[in-house]
Amino acid sequence: MADRVVVTGWGVVSSIGHTAASYWSNLARGVSGVADARIIPTDQLAQKIVAEVKNFDPRAHLDDRQVTMLDRVSQFAVVAAREAIAQSGLAFDEALSERTATIIGTGVGGQNTQDDNYKRLYRDNAKRLHPLTIPKLMVNAPASQVSMQCGLRGPCFAVASACASATHAIGLAFQMVRSGAATCAVTGGADACITFGTMKGWEAMRVMAPDACRPFSRDRKGLVLGEGAAVLVLESAEHARARSAEILGEVVGFGMSSDAYDLTSPDEGGMVRALTGALTDGGLAATDIQYVNAHGTGTMANDETETKAIKRTFGTHAAELAISSNKSMVGHALGAAGGLELVATLMAMREKTVPPTINYLGPDPACDLDYVPNEARPLEIDAALSNSFAFGGLNAVLAVRRWPGSARPTR
Amino acid sequence: MDDVAAEVIAIIAKKVPEGQKIELTDRLEDLGIDSFGAVEMIFDLEEKFDIQISYNSNDAKPEFETVGDVVNAIAKVVNGKS
Repeated sequence: MADRVVVTGWGVVSSIGHTAASYWSNLARGVSGVADARIIPTDQLAQKIVAEVKNFDPRAHLDDRQVTMLDRVSQFAVVAAREAIAQSGLAFDEALSERTATIIGTGVGGQNTQDDNYKRLYRDNAKRLHPLTIPKLMVNAPASQVSMQCGLRGPCFAVASACASATHAIGLAFQMVRSGAATCAVTGGADACITFGTMKGWEAMRVMAPDACRPFSRDRKGLVLGEGAAVLVLESAEHARARSAEILGEVVGFGMSSDAYDLTSPDEGGMVRALTGALTDGGLAATDIQYVNAHGTGTMANDETETKAIKRTFGTHAAELAISSNKSMVGHALGAAGGLELVATLMAMREKTVPPTINYLGPDPACDLDYVPNEARPLEIDAALSNSFAFGGLNAVLAVRRWPGSARPTR
Repeated sequence: MDDVAAEVIAIIAKKVPEGQKIELTDRLEDLGIDSFGAVEMIFDLEEKFDIQISYNSNDAKPEFETVGDVVNAIAKVVNGKS
């Protein structure tokens, strides 16, 4: 029998905070995590700015052996997962661990391991690579490491759909818990994609902003690459209630679609199908939604197409929506983005505050909705959507609702 | 027609239907070269001439509207090289 699915924990590693609480506090204050890259040399980069996870010391979280075994992307995932599980208060005995799914999205996996080792091979003429090269860089390493480090023995796999990876991962976890296939799920996304090779690849696409990420703004110049992880604990409402867990919000719907159109150009029709799918799946009318956490990459094409898709989905209600893009602050963290954004969406509901879209210079005629420019805004939110639209034409949208009693009292 | 123009047209010719005539006054958009097609074209030109061209596909006003615009921009960079 279908059960309701609630969120009982979240954990974040981001460019504006290494915990969910610090992430939210900076998000709500409009603090930017974007600066010149420090973890890679920038002299050969046309765009030197990134949203880097600053001063991340894996030894504060992992022992020496683990630090060697885990690529930066898996380190982020494990740190975020531990925080989420600690917050949920769940203790995994054998039975519950076997009923808990671990589904972690990642866009590109262990890029630091790949970049470092290929450099040794091709440039430094190394004769051999470290034996952990493959198990560190494989795309399921973050999911496997979360499962191992947290003792989760149920279904476990990675989801890779570029910029929508975390949203697809969370959506699948939601469906498993709703259907009863799992009681709990530890799910989200991670990416650590700021390497010299990856940056040059993105540079070649000519979509990177030289100064700042300005979603939906006039004179926006593209995206800024980010990194990090966000992991949530999903749980059947029945299980959470039985143990009197603090419920942070409810996931109610998931919509996904493929454009079957173009590898890189966004498609309004595909976006609309995912948006509508999430509303229908969640039993929501368009007018039930107050807030949309946009994909909002800051490229000309995405922001204009996303605006059109929101208008087509919501009709006249589109003008009533508060819409904002976290990417203005934390950049585009690829496979982690959807997780970071769902946490922000749930926190916005709980804290009755919409995080802003910063770096906004003024309206673009093609983007004429309310993007909550530059300043956070107090807002009572009953239901919200979180959008992810990936290269490859893969769209995923999650619908969430406030759980009665889960919002903080109005100050 | 000078060498740069001939090379630019040869590179553009690979991105349009075979046999299509390409004039300096032709707009890239009319030739069916979309924004990502332009990015690929610039990559081919950079490789061919061993140059760097500053180009962001998010700029509201396209820097390269016509074939002639591309030829002029490339010629400027190529001739500026010592």
